[in-house]
Amino acid sequence: MLRMIARRALTGLVVIAGVVTLTFLLLHAAPGDPAEQLLGPTATAEQLAAGRHALGLDRPLPVQYLSWLGRFGRGDWGTSLATGRPARAMLGGAWPATARLVLLSLILSYGLGLAIGAIQAARHRTRVDTTLSIASVTLVALPGYWLGLMLVALFTYLLRALPAFGAAGFDVDELGSWARFADGLRHLALPLATLTLIGTGAAARFARGAMLDALEQPFVVAARAKGLTGTRVLVHHVLRHAVIPVVTLLGLSLPALFSGAVFVEAVFAWPGVGRVLVEAVQARDYPVVMAATAVSATLVVVGNLAADVVTGLVDPRVRAIEERSA
Amino acid sequence: MTAALHDRRGQVGLALLLGVTIAALAAPLVTGGDPNAAGDVVATRFLAPLTRDVHGVVHPLGTDRFGRDVWTRLAYGARISLAVGVLSMILSVAVGTTIGAVAGWWRGWVATVLTGVTDFALALPRVVLLLLLAALWRPNAGLVVLLLGATGWMPVARLVHGEVRALSARPFVEGAQSLGARPHRVLWRHVLPNALTPVIVAAALGVGNAILLEAGLSYLGLGVQPPTPSWGNMIASGRDTLVNAPWVATAPGVMLVLVVVGCTLLGDALRDAIGHRSSVVGRHAL
Repeated sequence: MLRMIARRALTGLVVIAGVVTLTFLLLHAAPGDPAEQLLGPTATAEQLAAGRHALGLDRPLPVQYLSWLGRFGRGDWGTSLATGRPARAMLGGAWPATARLVLLSLILSYGLGLAIGAIQAARHRTRVDTTLSIASVTLVALPGYWLGLMLVALFTYLLRALPAFGAAGFDVDELGSWARFADGLRHLALPLATLTLIGTGAAARFARGAMLDALEQPFVVAARAKGLTGTRVLVHHVLRHAVIPVVTLLGLSLPALFSGAVFVEAVFAWPGVGRVLVEAVQARDYPVVMAATAVSATLVVVGNLAADVVTGLVDPRVRAIEERSA
Repeated sequence: MTAALHDRRGQVGLALLLGVTIAALAAPLVTGGDPNAAGDVVATRFLAPLTRDVHGVVHPLGTDRFGRDVWTRLAYGARISLAVGVLSMILSVAVGTTIGAVAGWWRGWVATVLTGVTDFALALPRVVLLLLLAALWRPNAGLVVLLLGATGWMPVARLVHGEVRALSARPFVEGAQSLGARPHRVLWRHVLPNALTPVIVAAALGVGNAILLEAGLSYLGLGVQPPTPSWGNMIASGRDTLVNAPWVATAPGVMLVLVVVGCTLLGDALRDAIGHRSSVVGRHAL
């Protein structure tokens, strides 16, 4: 198990290094450079040359790459061209917000999805099954930013019940600890609901298939033959078996969930990595783009690693395969 | 293939997609014509659905902030969405099939490198890459097709790789080889046609995915640029008028959901008809 984790972690590091290198090369291959961005359209050719020299952009690419890599590794991620703040501080403040949002929605959507899938499998080929199937297909098809806007229109503008922007109100510093917690929850409600609804659709579709597969297994017949009740067979035998592929999908769906979070964060001005990335990309804020890309890749890789570990813990067969191939 | 059409899901999916395709192709006939046409802006902007404006024109889905007809823009936007979705998927399938077939058929370092590249590219966060690429170059529909194709071929490559690997051990391959057929002829004429069935399923699901991603990029201002109508930039333009003109943002979103549901249902029906339980193609979109 430890060996497997070490190997996966190493692969993850290679992926992160690859993403960072690719981003670096792409930024340099693209038209326009940070000096033009920094000095504006009125800069003369001499000023641009001086700016490029000051930023080290006139050096050969491999030299630039290595020196950037060294600085990045030491934790010097540069300063944002748009805000003047250190890129590292911007992302250090942003990643917990994204992790919180993605993690909570992951737990909620898989819990709900498994429950819906179980109901569908138990009521296979009935009207309940069909209705829930239509609902989950529709949920999966929803664009996150559009669902977010619709929820804002309903809950913020029409019902005036929930806030639509940010992670905290303007008066958060004046609030007591309970009121602050409640304020945080109210701000979390809409972005979390958006991500969770979409995720629930995907999880339910998959859970239904996994449960139906498990229902056909001989051990289910054996359990029924022993005289166990339908509910008991479903919960103790089928559900446990069906959880394994669902956990595997959980790992695979993390990048998708994270992508969803990018758009949802942009809609709700949620102060996470996705919003930092979108704003930096729109402003061509190179140092922040580099840092945000590295942090996003890291979050995805760490998530995948966690899912691998959980699959190994849930399913002894996965552990056995890993140990044989190691 | 026809088995999928006996499936209720296949019928509904196909009907949805056909409906949207016909509206897109016949856009000049079923709408008022020019998607950017605006009459007297002050008098015609933000008209509610089904109202008649001062020029005597009925707007079935209302008008936007410039007095442009939402239904007309929706139909012309469908052209962009469908074209981008289908073209980028064709690109993904072409690249993915080539790489997957080569990596699955020939052994040695080429296969190792190609498999490694595929696994690596699969691990990259697609949306991050798309945002980056779209922001660096001047965005337009052609670029979006290229970007979506270039970041969407990996699942196809994986699928084809697995299929070709499995098929190359089958007797008909040995038969073709013992008749003296050269390796690439065996691959092209005998193995690939058999390997492509699951690719069709992946492609049906992938088109929906690509359409969602195009809309997402356009929504963020990194895809199709206004005034060219795209469902994504239409939602973006309706964002600020959710209170007094909710129909501007609602209509394109509903269209997106219908098209993606259509692709998913058709993909599901095809998969079950083929009887191939392919791995769930992850929803890399929104």
